[in-house]
Amino acid sequence: MARTIAEINEKIKKGQAVVVTAEEVIEIAKKKGVAAAAREIDVVTTGTFGPMCSSGAYMNLGHTSPRIKVGGGRVYLNDIPAYTGIAAVDVFLGATAIPDDDPKNRIYPGEFKYGGGHVIEELVAGKDVRLVATAYGTDCYPRKKLETWINLNTVNEAVLFNMRNAYQNYNVAVNASEKIIYTYMGVLKPRLGNANFCSAGQLSPLMNDPLYRTIGIGTRIFLGGGTGYVAWQGTQHNPSAPRTEKGVPTRGAGTLAVIGDLKQMKPRWLVGTSFLGYGATITVGIGVPIPILNEETLQYTLVTDADILAPVVDYSDAYPQRKADVLAEVSYAELKSGKITVKGKEIPTASLSSYPGAVEIASILKDWIKKGAFLLSEPVALLPGVESGIKLKALDERPLP
Amino acid sequence: MKVAKKIVLHFPQKAVDKPVVSSLIRDFGLDFNILKASISPGEEGLMVMELSGEQKDYDRGIRYLQEVGLEIQSLSQDVVRNEERCTHCGACITMCPTCAFTLDAKTRNVLFDNSKCIVCELCVRACPPRAMELHF
Repeated sequence: MARTIAEINEKIKKGQAVVVTAEEVIEIAKKKGVAAAAREIDVVTTGTFGPMCSSGAYMNLGHTSPRIKVGGGRVYLNDIPAYTGIAAVDVFLGATAIPDDDPKNRIYPGEFKYGGGHVIEELVAGKDVRLVATAYGTDCYPRKKLETWINLNTVNEAVLFNMRNAYQNYNVAVNASEKIIYTYMGVLKPRLGNANFCSAGQLSPLMNDPLYRTIGIGTRIFLGGGTGYVAWQGTQHNPSAPRTEKGVPTRGAGTLAVIGDLKQMKPRWLVGTSFLGYGATITVGIGVPIPILNEETLQYTLVTDADILAPVVDYSDAYPQRKADVLAEVSYAELKSGKITVKGKEIPTASLSSYPGAVEIASILKDWIKKGAFLLSEPVALLPGVESGIKLKALDERPLP
Repeated sequence: MKVAKKIVLHFPQKAVDKPVVSSLIRDFGLDFNILKASISPGEEGLMVMELSGEQKDYDRGIRYLQEVGLEIQSLSQDVVRNEERCTHCGACITMCPTCAFTLDAKTRNVLFDNSKCIVCELCVRACPPRAMELHF
C-alpha cells in the first residue's frame, strides 16, 4: 500500500481524510493490525507544548517621520532589549532576553519574571508594547530618539522564528549534590530529590517520524495556535545520536527550526515562562502532521511511551562540566508513572512539558485537517538523517595569542 | 463537634504585642499549629495557622481574635492558581511538601487541592508560567 501527499490532500479537500492523533493510532493499530490501519489512516497528528528557549520573533516596525535607523542602535520593547544589527527598522526579539536592570542571579536565585517571551505573549494577546529606541543619526535617517507604543496591528511583518524547537527526546534532570540547584530543567532538590523531564513522549513530533522520512523543509505545521512551517533542521540537530532498533533515539537527537506569522498566533500557545535561578523563556505549542505514505510511516507512529528511553543526567556535575555520564536510562512510561528508580533510590518525577497541551494541539490539528482548513505540504527537502553523518560538535577551546 | 481550619491572621500595628496565641490555648482550649509567621513589634504582622478544637470553642476563639482587632481569612484563598496561565505541565508536583498537586490519571491535568496547601509558596516561584499566585 502506498499513497502520496497530493492524494491525501485531495481527500482532505473532499472532507474524506481519515485523521487520528499519535495517541489514538496506537489503539487503532492494536485492534485492526498495522496493515489495515495503514490502509485506513491518511494522517497522524502529533503535538508538543513545552519551554523552548531558541525562539524569538522579528518585526518590521514601520518608518517614522522623520526617519530613524534603529539598526546599529538600541531598541527596547517593554524594557526588554531587542537585536538591531539588521536594517533600519527591523528588530529581532529573543525569548530569553531580559531587562538590562534585571538583578539576574545577583539576588540568588533570580526570579526572571519578565523577558522576551513575555513580550511576545503580550504582543500576540493584542496588547500595546512600549518601544524605546536610540540611534546615532545619519543624513538619510536623522532621528536619534523614539518613544512610542506598538502592537501587532501597527507593525508590518511580525514573524515567529525559532531556531531550535521540538527536540527529539531530552535529558531527565536530577541533582546528586548536597544542595538545591536551579536549572533550565527546573528546581532540583539535593540527593536525587526529584527528577524533571521535558518531552511529550509518544505524542512528540519527531518521535513519530524518528528517521525524518516525511518531515522536512516546508512542512506545514501548527505553530503557536496558527500555521507555520519547518524552515530548516534546528540548531544542534544530531541525527547520529544512539538509537534503538526501531530508530528511536535514546538521547537528544533531531530538532526543528520553525517559522510562522505571529499575527495568526494565540497567547494560549505562546506563554512567557520563567525558570527560577536560570532565566526567562517561552513555552511554545507545535503540532506536526505525519502523512501515512505507506505501512512503514504508520509503523513509526505506533511508538509508545514504553518504547522511548531517556538518559538520567546529574545537573549538579555531569551537565555543567559536560561529562558524558548517564546515571540510568528510563522510559517515558516510567517517568509518567510519577516515580523512577535510579541507583536503588525511588525518585518522584515531574514534567516541564505539558502532556494535556500536546494532546490538545494534536486534536486541534486533526480537526483543522478533517474540516479541510489545513492541507499538507510536500517538503522541499527532508531533514538530514543518520546517513548525513552530521554529529553534534562541542567547543574545544584554543588559547588566543 | 471537632473542627480544624487553616486561617490567616492579619495583625494591625496595635495588636502585634498582644499574646493572642496563648489566650487561644488557655482561655478557649484550642490547639494550633503555626505554619508561617511574620510579626515584628511596631509593624503589621501576618500569621498562618491551623486552629483546631470543639466547634463552639473555635467560634468563641475566632470572635475573640476579631475583638482584639485581627483580620481573619480562610487560608484556602491564599495560594491561588491562575487557571488561564497554568499549562498543566506538572513542574509543581514534586515541589509541594504536602502533595497538594496530583495528576489526573486519565487527562494528565494537574489538580490542585487547596485544602492540603500550607502556603509555603515553594510552587509560586517554581511554576514556569508563574500560574501560582499568592493572594493576601
